[in-house]
Amino acid sequence: MQRHTLLRPAFVAIVALAALASTGSAASKKTSLQLWTIQRTENTVEKNAAKTYKAANVHVQIFANDPYKQKIKVSLGSGKGPDLFMNWGGGGLRQYVNAKKVLDLTPYLKADKAWKNKFFNNVLQTAAFNGKYYGIPNVGMQPVLLFYNKAVFRANGLSAPQSWSDLINVVTKLKSAGITPFILGGQSKWPDLMWEEYLVDRVGGPKVFNDIAAGKKNAWLNPAVIKANTLIQQLVDAGAFGSNFSSTTYDGTVTATLLGTGKGAMELMGNWEYGAVLQNAPDLLKANDLGWIRFPSVSSGKGDIKDIAGNTSNFYSIAKKTKDPAAAVAFLKKQIMNKAYVKGLIKLGNIPPVRGIAAQLKTGANASFTTWCYKLVQNAPHYQHSWDQVLSPDAATALLTNLDQLFLKQITPEQFSANMNKVK
Amino acid sequence: MRADNKKKGASPLLALPALSLFAVFALLPMLGVIVLSFTYYDGISAPRSAGLANWSRFLHDSTTHHAIWLSLEIMVLSWLFQTPLALLLGVFVSGRQRYRAVLAAAYFVPLLFSAAAIAITWKNLLDPNFGLLANLTHRLHAGWFPTDWLGNPGLALYMMIFLIAWQFIPFHMLLYQAGARQIPLSIYEAAEIDGAGRVRQFLHITLPLLKNTIVTSSMLIIVGSLTYFDLIFIVTGGGPGFATRILPLDMYINGFQGSDMGYASAISVVLVAAALGLSMLLIRVTGFGRFRSAHEGA
Repeated sequence: MQRHTLLRPAFVAIVALAALASTGSAASKKTSLQLWTIQRTENTVEKNAAKTYKAANVHVQIFANDPYKQKIKVSLGSGKGPDLFMNWGGGGLRQYVNAKKVLDLTPYLKADKAWKNKFFNNVLQTAAFNGKYYGIPNVGMQPVLLFYNKAVFRANGLSAPQSWSDLINVVTKLKSAGITPFILGGQSKWPDLMWEEYLVDRVGGPKVFNDIAAGKKNAWLNPAVIKANTLIQQLVDAGAFGSNFSSTTYDGTVTATLLGTGKGAMELMGNWEYGAVLQNAPDLLKANDLGWIRFPSVSSGKGDIKDIAGNTSNFYSIAKKTKDPAAAVAFLKKQIMNKAYVKGLIKLGNIPPVRGIAAQLKTGANASFTTWCYKLVQNAPHYQHSWDQVLSPDAATALLTNLDQLFLKQITPEQFSANMNKVK
Repeated sequence: MRADNKKKGASPLLALPALSLFAVFALLPMLGVIVLSFTYYDGISAPRSAGLANWSRFLHDSTTHHAIWLSLEIMVLSWLFQTPLALLLGVFVSGRQRYRAVLAAAYFVPLLFSAAAIAITWKNLLDPNFGLLANLTHRLHAGWFPTDWLGNPGLALYMMIFLIAWQFIPFHMLLYQAGARQIPLSIYEAAEIDGAGRVRQFLHITLPLLKNTIVTSSMLIIVGSLTYFDLIFIVTGGGPGFATRILPLDMYINGFQGSDMGYASAISVVLVAAALGLSMLLIRVTGFGRFRSAHEGA
């Protein structure tokens, strides 16, 4: 008997709570939307966009970068995922699109031309497949640049390299001065890819990778790929990356410190490295000694020196199973990359992929860097999205491992092409 | 009498809860994995039948073959490295002296850390730019001393074997300590009267009487080496190149990074079969199933 008397109040309480909860949700007629994103500096801007939105309750959930990739895949696969989710566009998103898990945004963008024209088209394309749009950019653009320490260059009587022969010359001189010419986080593998992307473009132009991405037969065997990889191994032989690169993990605190202390003279990295230098080697910026240039040209190469590589942006997409597609679309349209959002991003040193903000960038923080990058993207005939994001996850994994081996000189450029050609 | 003895044992029903848990959480998923190994499955779309494609890839994939080879290498070298060290340490700390108890407690510490903590710590110690080792060689102007232990494809695997040993020797030491303490002192006393020195006592008393412990510990090392994952995943991620990409890592990279769950399932079926086969082989070869107590009066 005693059990019953104890249990009853508890039971009543639960029923009462349940009743309260149900009336609570009935009282507010607002739609509830779940938004998933990753941990990043831009979280403050994202959270603010959700908080200031009145038409629906948007709940932002934040995950760590690497586990998120698995989490979102499993959730979308089981149909229990969020309404809106952050993604990297490219091959990963295409996988979800092919599995029919993502809402087609084309009709909404077509119905509202101003919305579509707000964004750089070459950025929107990263989340577009077969002429249909599936994502809206949600952070700044991330082109890859060649950063260098001006003080080190001055001390060694060098100037920033514009061509491949300049570059080799600079490497040899720095090496004999006991300075690591290029900082490279080879253990993370993707920093290797930046070299591959630029060199293949400079040697053979954008068509080479477009063929690869389109799955054309023997596209990896293109002589331009082999030439580019020969140049990479030439750099390795010249000691351009020092001797420890294969056990160096990319970490902004490490690479920026190496650059700031002059242990390393140059680094090919995404524009976020500016922020890393700002945090970890502020003296370099104060002395105005951080330099940045385009990737040099290769003599008799077909690529335009104005072509760039990097991440175009990250995106929000809408899950097909969402109960209220109209509400999710309305949220993207009204809150993402609106005035407050763009302003918030610029404050963080981001360069939003939005047209007509050059003047706004000029008055913002770090103006000389952000306006330079904005112009770089505006004038780029081709903006190559990172290969590992464009290709299918299977091919991307194979690509990164083969690059690792190429940099270690465990395989020749010919073997690299043959290996990649075998991947479906 | 024998039959009677058997009947008096605990009712098999008592094993039911454990068995049913095992069936639901181990056998069923394993069956699922076997089925998946015959499909193309990216983890999102519905699995499509692949026939024997994954299995024929398994027969031809040179990366996977290399991974199998590395797993075998790590298995044999781990056993060769860990067994003598753990045995000697275990026998040493089985002595009743107080300083040995203190040392035993110190040796025991690595066992208390999680593999992730060990991995991150060692990764930082060995960092070629800011690690302790790099710092020391720089301070001592010992530029000739290699600092790139994890980036050298020829060394990385041996570094992994060392780290795994660092993590697991304490556990095996504990087994040997317990085993050595079970050996009756009277045997040693008799040997001493007969004039046997320490080395002979160790070789002719301790070692033979620890046979059962050696077999248990070896079995754990050998079968366990098929599941090494976390430490290597964090420290090198399988690199440089393929230098430390052992079979469990190859499975993970194919399945979760490459979105090829079908092929990853085929690899895991092989892993399960290998572990099962190895344990059965070891049981047969060592006579583990017919173990007799090595102690007097038992």
